[in-house]
Amino acid sequence: MRRVALALFGTVTGLVMLLSFKTHSSTAGVPVATAPVVPGTGTTGSSSSDTSTGAAASTGSAASTGSARAPSSSASATPASTTKTVTGDAVDTRFGPVQVQITVTNGTITAVNAIDYPQNDPRDQQINSYAIPQLNSEALAAKNATIDMVSGATYTSEGYLGSLQSALDKAGL
Amino acid sequence: MTTDLTVRPRPAAELPRTVHVEHCMGTVFTLDIRDAGRWEPAIAEVTAWLHHVDRVFSTYSETSDISRMRRRELALADADPSVQMVLALCAQAQTRTAGAFTAMPQGKLDPTGLVKGWAVERASQLLTGHGALNHAVNGGGDLQLAGSAAPGRPWVVGIGDPADRGRIASTVTGRDFAVATSGISERGNHILDPLTGRPAAGLAGATVVGESLTFADAYATAAFVLGGDALRWIGEVAGYEALLIDSDGTISTSDGWRTDW
Repeated sequence: MRRVALALFGTVTGLVMLLSFKTHSSTAGVPVATAPVVPGTGTTGSSSSDTSTGAAASTGSAASTGSARAPSSSASATPASTTKTVTGDAVDTRFGPVQVQITVTNGTITAVNAIDYPQNDPRDQQINSYAIPQLNSEALAAKNATIDMVSGATYTSEGYLGSLQSALDKAGL
Repeated sequence: MTTDLTVRPRPAAELPRTVHVEHCMGTVFTLDIRDAGRWEPAIAEVTAWLHHVDRVFSTYSETSDISRMRRRELALADADPSVQMVLALCAQAQTRTAGAFTAMPQGKLDPTGLVKGWAVERASQLLTGHGALNHAVNGGGDLQLAGSAAPGRPWVVGIGDPADRGRIASTVTGRDFAVATSGISERGNHILDPLTGRPAAGLAGATVVGESLTFADAYATAAFVLGGDALRWIGEVAGYEALLIDSDGTISTSDGWRTDW
């Protein structure tokens, strides 16, 4: 399981870039995660760093449900699909805390939802209108097959990246 | 659990890998070590280093050395010794970029355009010192890469397309090299032309590749300010090459640009 997260990382970077810049005119269409929010995650104020090693690591912090609610694009052919929801750490940015929740179905992220984000002024809301993503799994399967890392300009949605990464770590992806 | 992932071919399970993600300086740092071993002490040293740099150089923290120097509450001689080192590096970068890079944009002390690259390069050196000879350190999209990604396989670095962050505009591969990118942030033009004080315009992104991330970072900042002129200028800087992405998506490269490093 852990290996998957590691393999994902380069893609995650590209993914978050996508999240950050894809323009959505509305935030209403964001799929909302189905499973209960994982208790004990996110707002604990604990260290926001995570170390993972190549060995399989069980996180034990993710709630799993047996429900098969998956977007039509994924997993429909898998008999016993598993959906779980994982909440990332709240990451402080200079604009305010950002916290991301992911929904994972059969090991594939099917939704990303920002559950906390700066919304103090119109500029924040404008940013969030495109920073809050609707994720489709094609984005994850980016054309990054052989890429180890991505170089790109720093952007202020770093909170999304951080919180998303911690959610991925907790999900054991 | 399921292994039916479509993301990408996974590396062979036996390949050792340790990944650490650290939030610092308002961005995310990733240490990706490809050597077998227990790297907790090395990682602890690196993360302590990064947070130390943040405490000294943050322009957002009122209590950083840089903020106190701006308020003239702290003299250079009394500041953390790393400040002198960084300002000396900034002076070098300013000379080599004919002023396009400066630690004093708009007359205010702000070595930010070099500090992150310098901190990442030093982090990479710390890892090497601990025996992690094959690793990558990513500081908010600026990368220092050591050794190789796997035995016989160099690192492959994608350069993000500034117009479509889900796409890769180009790739470079290599061993022991650095890749820095400057560009327009989602909060608008955030790099100011030191000569005009206005946001640099014309480019969507500037990527510089070379040996040292300290200078690649500063050069990428400068290249973004200089726009198309940067290609001629970087051609005169030994060991560094640039790839520019125009606001309309056109890619141009310096004469010596290569994809293998």
